Amino acid sequence: MEQTAQSRLNITSASSVPISLQIAGVGSRSYAFVIDWHIRALLAVAWFVMIWVIGLAIDNVSFSSLLNSGTWIPIIIFLPPTIIYFLYHPILEILMHGRTPGKRMTGIRLVNTKGETPTTGAIIIRNVFRLIDGLPALYALGFCFAMFTKNHMRIGDLAAGTLLVFDNKPRTSTAKYARQLVTDSNMSLQDQELLVELLERWKQLNSKTRVSLAQQFLRRVGVERKYLDEKLLEKQLRELAGQ
Amino acid sequence: MSAANRSKQALAQWLQGRIDRWESLEKDLKQSSDKKTYDVAQTNELIDGVRGAAQDLALARQVLPQSRITQFLEGLLLQGHETVHRPPGSVWRALHQLYIKDGPRIVAQLKWTIVAAITLFILSGVAGWLLIANYTELAPLFLSQPMIDEVQSGGLWTDDLLNIIPSSFLAFSIATNNVMVTLFAFALGALYGLGTIYIISLNGLMLGGVFAYTAHYNLHVRLFEFVIAHGVVELSVICLAGAAGVGLGEALIRPGARTRSAAFREAVSRASKLLAISIPFLIGAGVIEGYISPDPSFSLLTKTAIGIGFGILFWITITGWVSRFERNGVKELSNAS
Repeated sequence: MEQTAQSRLNITSASSVPISLQIAGVGSRSYAFVIDWHIRALLAVAWFVMIWVIGLAIDNVSFSSLLNSGTWIPIIIFLPPTIIYFLYHPILEILMHGRTPGKRMTGIRLVNTKGETPTTGAIIIRNVFRLIDGLPALYALGFCFAMFTKNHMRIGDLAAGTLLVFDNKPRTSTAKYARQLVTDSNMSLQDQELLVELLERWKQLNSKTRVSLAQQFLRRVGVERKYLDEKLLEKQLRELAGQ
Repeated sequence: MSAANRSKQALAQWLQGRIDRWESLEKDLKQSSDKKTYDVAQTNELIDGVRGAAQDLALARQVLPQSRITQFLEGLLLQGHETVHRPPGSVWRALHQLYIKDGPRIVAQLKWTIVAAITLFILSGVAGWLLIANYTELAPLFLSQPMIDEVQSGGLWTDDLLNIIPSSFLAFSIATNNVMVTLFAFALGALYGLGTIYIISLNGLMLGGVFAYTAHYNLHVRLFEFVIAHGVVELSVICLAGAAGVGLGEALIRPGARTRSAAFREAVSRASKLLAISIPFLIGAGVIEGYISPDPSFSLLTKTAIGIGFGILFWITITGWVSRFERNGVKELSNAS
């Protein structure tokens, strides 16, 4: 049995353990869409550039003269970008189990109301309704629906029984990370988690943030700071983590 | 040793003892997406792994709430649950279910909506005919200027079609266009059915208007010759998609005991099956329109026979005559045995 409340999809699995998934809002949806739109645009531009180069290489024919040739050549030129435009979402959502590159980068994925990957039929229906969600222009109707419906569903989602949730796909590094917890140290498991997380993200942080977070952490666990230099601070943290 | 330290040590031992199992389950789940079949031992192992993950999650939520390990276990359980409870997939079984069982049942449910859609199309066609027959100057509403010029000079815009575009390309582009129109006619039903009614009426008006204009120049028989081979199925599918779209509108207006969104979802699920059956026929109509309709080497009689034959095949399929035949066959077989 599943129910949705407060932008969360609550599912009770067959083993009676409830799982709650956070439903993606309009911001995440739009961000993913913009990324996907740019990927499609880049593919189309790459195709046109290729045609232009081939036209010049074969018979020194310019792109505009190919377009104005009045035969079926313009159709061939525009066909692949059109196919990419219309089939990008359904094909990738089927192949990538409810994800597209844009959705993956945003950390969201498509699920049905049971929290499972939607069937191929549901994905096709969802994408057919882009014809309506895209009306009158720039996905205005779909945007309004996603903004004002309880679970941020556009018409296609309402039709197919799908919704976008934040992806909590198991991260392969988590098991390795769990092994790193120094279970015989004096720190609580929560502090150890915090430490491993900080060390994992260390390289992504700028110098000032590294020093600030390291100081805050050492103060929290009651350990005296030995060094001022960030490299030596990292060494001290790694020693604490037993690495 | 203090109680806090003891519980921490117990937690540490539990964690160290479970990590290998989680890694193994994670690996199995990753491989499962490529696997078609499992042996009994593998299946049991997977089911045990998912059960174990559920128990571990319940414990992790108590001792490590909001932690990354708990999130990891939630993801693992969700993926495991989906893998274990995934229904068996068989393309042939799904096609059999769609064409033999679901399609005829849905057509029977929608029969009066289909009749209404066909009636609306015919009435719009008659209206289009009467409009252009009485006011020929309104022809630009339905025909472009080059088409009007062609008709006025005694020809049809379809005459030299094969000299301009190869049949294969023509068939592909027509089939694509047909599929798009059908999907539009269906999806516009989400606007309380009004969009669908608009599409059906417009298509009827256009067909009637174009025929009236060509009749004015005595070219209607040639237009009929072009349309008949592919038109029966093409127009049938548009009416069917229209009926499906009206069904969506009806679900939104009169959801009955269900919520509006549940009624809408149910209507979409029902209607999309009908479209899935129709789309191969639309592609067939596109092929006929690319290869046969514009080809003057096929006579009117041949084109009419192809059009009517293909139309009969379409209606036999969606109304379930095939399934009736199959059921009767099974009955006869059981009687004989």
